[in-house]
Amino acid sequence: MTARSAGPIRRAAQRFAMNRQALLGLAILAPILTCVVTYDLWWGFGPNDIDLLSINRGPTAAHPMGSDGVGRDVLARLMQGGRTSLMVAVISVAISTAIGFLVGAFAAFGGKFADAGLMRFVDLAMTLPPVIFLLVLASIAGTGIGPTIIVIALLSWPVLSRMVRARLLELRERDFVVAAKGMGAGVPHLLLRHGLPNCIDIIVVYATLQVANAILLEAGLSFLGLGIAPPESSWGNMLNAARSGTVLEQYPWQWMFPGGALVVTVLAINFIGDGLRDAFDPRSGLN
Amino acid sequence: MFVDVRNLSKHFAPTGFSRGPTVRAVEDVSFGIPRGKVVGLVGESGSGKTTIGRSVLRLIEPTSGEVRIDGTDIRVLSAAELRKARQRMQYVFQDPYASLSPRMTIGQILTEGMDIQKLGTKADRRRKAAEVLALVEMPEDALNRYPHEFSGGQRQRIGLARALALEPEFIVADEPVSALDVSIQAQVINLMRDLQLRLGLTMLFISHDLAVVEYICDTVVVLYLGRVMEIAPAADLYAHPQHPYTRALLSAIPSPDPEKRKQRQILTGDIPSPSSPPSGCVFRTRCPMAASECAVVNPAMKSAGEGHFYACLRV
Repeated sequence: MTARSAGPIRRAAQRFAMNRQALLGLAILAPILTCVVTYDLWWGFGPNDIDLLSINRGPTAAHPMGSDGVGRDVLARLMQGGRTSLMVAVISVAISTAIGFLVGAFAAFGGKFADAGLMRFVDLAMTLPPVIFLLVLASIAGTGIGPTIIVIALLSWPVLSRMVRARLLELRERDFVVAAKGMGAGVPHLLLRHGLPNCIDIIVVYATLQVANAILLEAGLSFLGLGIAPPESSWGNMLNAARSGTVLEQYPWQWMFPGGALVVTVLAINFIGDGLRDAFDPRSGLN
Repeated sequence: MFVDVRNLSKHFAPTGFSRGPTVRAVEDVSFGIPRGKVVGLVGESGSGKTTIGRSVLRLIEPTSGEVRIDGTDIRVLSAAELRKARQRMQYVFQDPYASLSPRMTIGQILTEGMDIQKLGTKADRRRKAAEVLALVEMPEDALNRYPHEFSGGQRQRIGLARALALEPEFIVADEPVSALDVSIQAQVINLMRDLQLRLGLTMLFISHDLAVVEYICDTVVVLYLGRVMEIAPAADLYAHPQHPYTRALLSAIPSPDPEKRKQRQILTGDIPSPSSPPSGCVFRTRCPMAASECAVVNPAMKSAGEGHFYACLRV
C-alpha cells in the first residue's frame, strides 16, 4: 500500500501555509490564546483579587497593566475576560453552525414544503433588526454567560443555513451524488458522506469569521450591560466599566488594554478567516 | 426479457410558481433487453436518451408506464425495497469529471456502494475494490489517490469499476465514451464489451455515435423526440434501415468511400421542441418523404422481419 496522496483538505492547508497575512493572524492569535487559557498557572493575581493599596494605579511592576477602581489587577481581568469572551464566542458559533447546517440540510433534502417553510422562517429571522432583537432577547434571557451564548447563537445562524442550502441543492444534482443514490443511499448517507465534506469550506470560513463577529457582539452586549455581568469579567464589560469620563481621561489603561486586545484578536481571526477562504477556493486568488 | 420497458413516458411539468409548457421528454417508449444482451439507445441531443436511462433505474420518477427488471416492476417498489434492489442495477455516467467525488479517494469511491448496502466486512470491501480496479485494468495504488490525479479515460474506468463493485446484473451506460478522446474511446469501449461478455451483464447502452453502438450492441433502438422510430437487431439495422430518420443517421457516419459520400442525406433544421411536438409523425417536419397524411396519423409500429420494427407511414 502506498501512502495516501494529498486530499483536498491537505492541499487547502498547504495553500493556507503559503498565505502571509493568514500566518500573521495565526502568529498573533496563538500567543493570545495560550496566555488566556493558561494565565492562572503563571499569573499571581486572580481576576477578583482586590489590592486595596493599589486603586486606579497606572502600570507598575506588580500590576503591569495597572489596576481598576476597586484595586483589581487589569492584566488578570483581561486574561479572564478573554477567556470568557472567547468561550462565549466559540460556543455560540458552534451552536449557530450546527443550527445553520441542519436547517440548510433539511431545506435542501426535506422536499419542497420543508424547503419553502424553512426558508420563509429564515427570511423572518434575517429581517429582524439585529440590535433590537438582541436587546429583546437579552432582556428575556437575562444576563450571564449562558444567556449571552444563546442570544448570540440564535442571531447568527440564518446566513449559514442559506449558504448550506444553496450548496446542497447544487450538490444534489451532481453526478456523484446521483451515483450514491443509484447505489441505494439514503439521506443520512448523502448528508454525512457528501453533504458535510462538500460544505466544510463554507462552514470553516463562516465559523472563523463568525467567532470574530461574536466577540464583538458579546462586547457590545456587555457594554450595554446586557451580556456578561460583573463581577465576571469580559472584554465588553471591562470597557463598560471604563465608560465614565473620569476613567476615560485619567485612567486610560483600564480601557486601552481590553480595547486593544479586542481589536487585535478580532483582526487576527479575520485574517485567518480570509486566509481559509482563499485556501479553500484556489480560484479566488486569481482574480 | 430480463429488462422490460412498457409504454414508458416522462413529462416534465412546471412546478410551484413557475409557468410554461409541459415538456414531453419521453412518450410511450417500449423495448426489452434479454439477459446478457446489450441494447443501444441512439438519437440526437434532446431525444430523451438520458431521461429513459434514468427512468429505467428510477433515478427519476417516470410519469407512466412499466419498468420490469427480472420480473419485478421497480415502479411499485417501496423506498426500502428499491434501495435493496439498486444493488442489482447500476449507472455509468457520461461525464467522468462530474461523476467522482473530488473529496473521496478512489478506494472510498469504490467501497461506497458496499458501505451503503452493508455488504461484507471492511476488509472484504477493500479487497473487492482492489478486485474491480484490476478488472478495469487500473493499478492497485490508485486506491489511495484522488480523482483529480487521473485522466478522463482513467476516471471513466473508475466509474465503471464503481458500478461493477456491487456485482450488478444490469447496467445503464449513459454515453460512457462521448466525453473521451477518440483513441481512449476505443480502449474504454473494448474494455466494456469485454467485461459485458465476461460477466454476462445485461446492458442499456446510450449513445449518439452509431459506430460505437454497432460495435457493442445486439439490438438498437432509434429515438426521435422521445419516441421510438425503429427497433432492430444491430446488423439488420445497419444493413436494412427502414425509417427515413435511421437512414439519415446512418448516412451521416463518416465514410472513406467518396461514392457513398455523394449519396449522403443531410437533415436540415433542429429537433423540434418537445414541449410542442408536431402532430402525427413527429419526424415529419424534417422528413424528406413527408406527405400530408403524416401530419394527421400517428404511425403505428410495422414489422420488417425478425425483431425489426419501425414507425413510418410512407415506407
